[in-house]
Amino acid sequence: MQPFRYQQPADAAGAVATVAATDGAVFLGGGTNLVDLMKLGVEAPGLLVDVTRLPMDRIEQADGGGLRIGAGVRNSDLAADSRVLAEYPVLSQALLAGASGQLRNMATVGGNLLQRTRCLYFQDITKPCNKRRPGTGCPARSGDHRNLAILGASEHCIATHTSDMAVALTALGAVVHVHGAEGARSTSLDELYRLPGDEPNRDTTLARGDLITAVEVAPLGVARYSAYRKVRDRASYAFAVASVAAALDVADGTVRDVRLALGAVAPVPWRARRAEQALVGQPATEESFRSAIDAELTGAAPLRDNAFKVPLVSNVVTAVLSQLAGRAR
Amino acid sequence: MSAAQSTRHAVSATRVDAPDKVTGRARYAFEQPVNGAAYVWPVQSTIAKGTIRNVDAGAALALPGVLTALTPDNAPRLSADDPELALFQSRAVAYRGQLVAAVVATSLETARAAADLVRIDYTESGHDVTLTSGHPGLYKPDHVNPNFATDTVLGDLDAAFAAAAVRIDQTYRTPGEHNNPMEPHATIASWDGDRLTLFDSNQGPSMAATVIAGVFGLHPDQVRVITEYVGGGFGAKGTPRPNAVLAAMAARAVGQPVKCALTRQHMFAVVGHRAPSIQRVRLGAEADGRLTAIAHDVIGQTSTLKEFAEQTAVATRHMYAAPNRQTTHRIARLDVPTPAWMRAPGECPGMFALESAMDELAVACGIDPVDLRIRNEPAADPETGAPFSSRNLVACLREGAAWFGWAGRDPPSAARRDGPWLIGTGVAASTYPARARASQAEASVGADGRYRVSIAAVDIGTGARTALLAVAADTLGVPPAKVTLRIGDSALPRAMIAGGSMGNASWSWAVIDACQDLREQIRARDGAIPADGLSALSATGDAVEALPDHARYSFGAQFAEVRVDADTGEVRVPRLLGVFAAGRIVVPAMARSQFIGGMTMGLSMALHEESMIDPQFGDYPNHDLASYHIAANADVGDIDARWIDEDERELGPAGAKGIGEVGIVGTAAAIANAVYHATGIRVRDLPIRLDKLLR
Repeated sequence: MQPFRYQQPADAAGAVATVAATDGAVFLGGGTNLVDLMKLGVEAPGLLVDVTRLPMDRIEQADGGGLRIGAGVRNSDLAADSRVLAEYPVLSQALLAGASGQLRNMATVGGNLLQRTRCLYFQDITKPCNKRRPGTGCPARSGDHRNLAILGASEHCIATHTSDMAVALTALGAVVHVHGAEGARSTSLDELYRLPGDEPNRDTTLARGDLITAVEVAPLGVARYSAYRKVRDRASYAFAVASVAAALDVADGTVRDVRLALGAVAPVPWRARRAEQALVGQPATEESFRSAIDAELTGAAPLRDNAFKVPLVSNVVTAVLSQLAGRAR
Repeated sequence: MSAAQSTRHAVSATRVDAPDKVTGRARYAFEQPVNGAAYVWPVQSTIAKGTIRNVDAGAALALPGVLTALTPDNAPRLSADDPELALFQSRAVAYRGQLVAAVVATSLETARAAADLVRIDYTESGHDVTLTSGHPGLYKPDHVNPNFATDTVLGDLDAAFAAAAVRIDQTYRTPGEHNNPMEPHATIASWDGDRLTLFDSNQGPSMAATVIAGVFGLHPDQVRVITEYVGGGFGAKGTPRPNAVLAAMAARAVGQPVKCALTRQHMFAVVGHRAPSIQRVRLGAEADGRLTAIAHDVIGQTSTLKEFAEQTAVATRHMYAAPNRQTTHRIARLDVPTPAWMRAPGECPGMFALESAMDELAVACGIDPVDLRIRNEPAADPETGAPFSSRNLVACLREGAAWFGWAGRDPPSAARRDGPWLIGTGVAASTYPARARASQAEASVGADGRYRVSIAAVDIGTGARTALLAVAADTLGVPPAKVTLRIGDSALPRAMIAGGSMGNASWSWAVIDACQDLREQIRARDGAIPADGLSALSATGDAVEALPDHARYSFGAQFAEVRVDADTGEVRVPRLLGVFAAGRIVVPAMARSQFIGGMTMGLSMALHEESMIDPQFGDYPNHDLASYHIAANADVGDIDARWIDEDERELGPAGAKGIGEVGIVGTAAAIANAVYHATGIRVRDLPIRLDKLLR
């Protein structure tokens, strides 16, 4: 680990100005990913700007209803919030499926969104990686990729985004509030993340110094009937092999509204819009669910060791939607 | 109940060192107070094979706080028998991650940062790290670990197998695996002239002192190894690892004490691993399941530095009766770190294959797998003809079946379903050799009536401190509170390592002998203890040598219930029961912990553990606990261990057979067999990950 400096800014504007103006400066949230990456040598920031003392730790009613979640809210606190549990159960379940109790106590909402991939090559500085060092190549394509992307990847990078929380927020259509050099703005979570293309080093559309201050979820009736299912290689403390965040509203046996997002299958939390569109107005049956997710998965481009994710996602999405439909009846 | 028994039970309720451990008073190697220590951080090779052309430590040495760099250019000459300990003695690179240089600095952080600045130029050669069944480099080693015959043949295997009414011929694979004790390897070294003291995390301070003395050309008396507490070893600390040599070399170079702690990532390169195996098992049987032919042919690997041939087929030699039999071992030298001991080396991977094959035979014959094993119970060792000192496998199977509720088990074809969960049960046998090795102990009493018992044993988390105190107090006929037990120091009477499940049997033997001698002395003086006290020194070497030539093993039977999610292939193990026959159980609470610890590690082997080898770079890329999965608490359901009382008087007065390893043997097969029962899918290559069960 390289020596670094540490600052606690007085306010968000000061934090943004400092990071925007200082080479090698980064924001520090809970540090559960950044500090690991510093120890591994993947990140070597010269200055850590600790944003956990800024007033971003509240969960509040948003102006138009819904919830405005401060970026500094700890994952454990968000998972236990009574409004989240009642209105957005998928979000609480996703948070509790992630990491471990100790990590959730430290991890912040903003940091969780911006965590880096756990691709083994990205984390090992003795090896090439286009995400870490553009142009050096991607050993994962021929090496270990059992848990890497089947959707949305490029020839340059097949890393996955590993957040559970972000999958739920993607299904909920969350909006991200950003404080940048030019003031505050907001963007959808869909627009925050970007596919690797030929610039896999850029995970997001954020500019240097942009600070996520809050995440907002709109009032969403369908979200009351929602669930997160994480499939993983061991029962706890494991990243997903595949996950699904789903919300389903059924009336008279017909799908009225549905939200569907997939985790651990793409470089971003994957909103399954094609499946959603295929389902609305269709009978809420296992056959419809299977056919809708299979339509989504026609875009999958699996490799040697991750082809199993295609039937796995098909099965787990069908199972989760069937359970939600059963509950709605 | 006799007084001695009540004494024993009073001790067994709790670990004697539990308060020190939970309050943090117990000091592990790296925590020992040493003044003025510097820190050493290793540099690892980034190629898997080749030679070091040039080492440039200039930038590292320029960093403030850096004291020196150790490289092949300046390292002192060593005389290490173990090439893994011959640090910086050669410019050849034998595997990726090998220690090739190191930096010593006044702080840990500086040493680590400086190590990153050491520039090494290599001439790289092509590497070969992939074990295959047809590897051109396969050869027959002279013996397998530690000194078993490489191959054995009895009768006419091919003819008997060809003539058998029922035949199983399958290949099973186990992956490379890494020991991950909670405490990574660590050492503090300090020199006083030509005397070296190490605070070191290892499984045997006597052996460690001897080996390190050899490396530095010293007499064993010049090296003292203190090993007060150890956070697990499982074989990975059985002999000294490079950390001990590195700390000592660095301390000599800078003239002050040096601390060395390996990271989890370092451990995946330099402390050994369980070699992967490819195992062909052939079973020939009559229609009623009686075996006529057993063949177990194993392919494994070692490094180019040193031969370590895992004894994977050895357990098959004494498990089941059959007149025609064969076991073989072939290994290839690959450009990988040297494999080493990992809890039940040999028995653990080997019994996964044999006990899976036995389950396949039970299915093929239409016989209950418990009955099949009972039907093939031998009267004496099936290869040597030696009598078993005691063998209670059948009792373990029968009592386990009763406790587990095995009777009335459905045939495999029946569907047992609970929502998405497919449910199945499985059984497998366990075995492990029961042995003891020479040890010495001293027992003394002062005029104040306090007893002191000393032996260079070590408690690596097994409960040895508790067990030895119980044994000593029991033998002396005094309450444990009157006895001070000293262990974990090579300056104490020389003792066997905590390895091969031999620690307790070996140490108890010496402790009981010394305590009996002392008690006799006290009795001869009618209890009058002289002012300068009394003492007795024991040595069990002759008695161990004189042991009769019997087949001595622990046995066990493990029963598993699994649930497999039909949608995702996820496996859960709600129930695991092991029943063991392992001699006299000295301290029940510690024994239970050893058994269920072994079974948990077996569950972990069954479902999770795999050191992936990356042919591109030649290393194990999943070198941390996030990517090398070990069973988490949530993976372990209702786990229970029971035992059948045995009195193994042959193996010393403690009557103990050793319990550290038998618990991991057979677990993976029991789970794999249960997975087959649940799903109809036979997984022959571990671990049983969900993608292997997706249909």
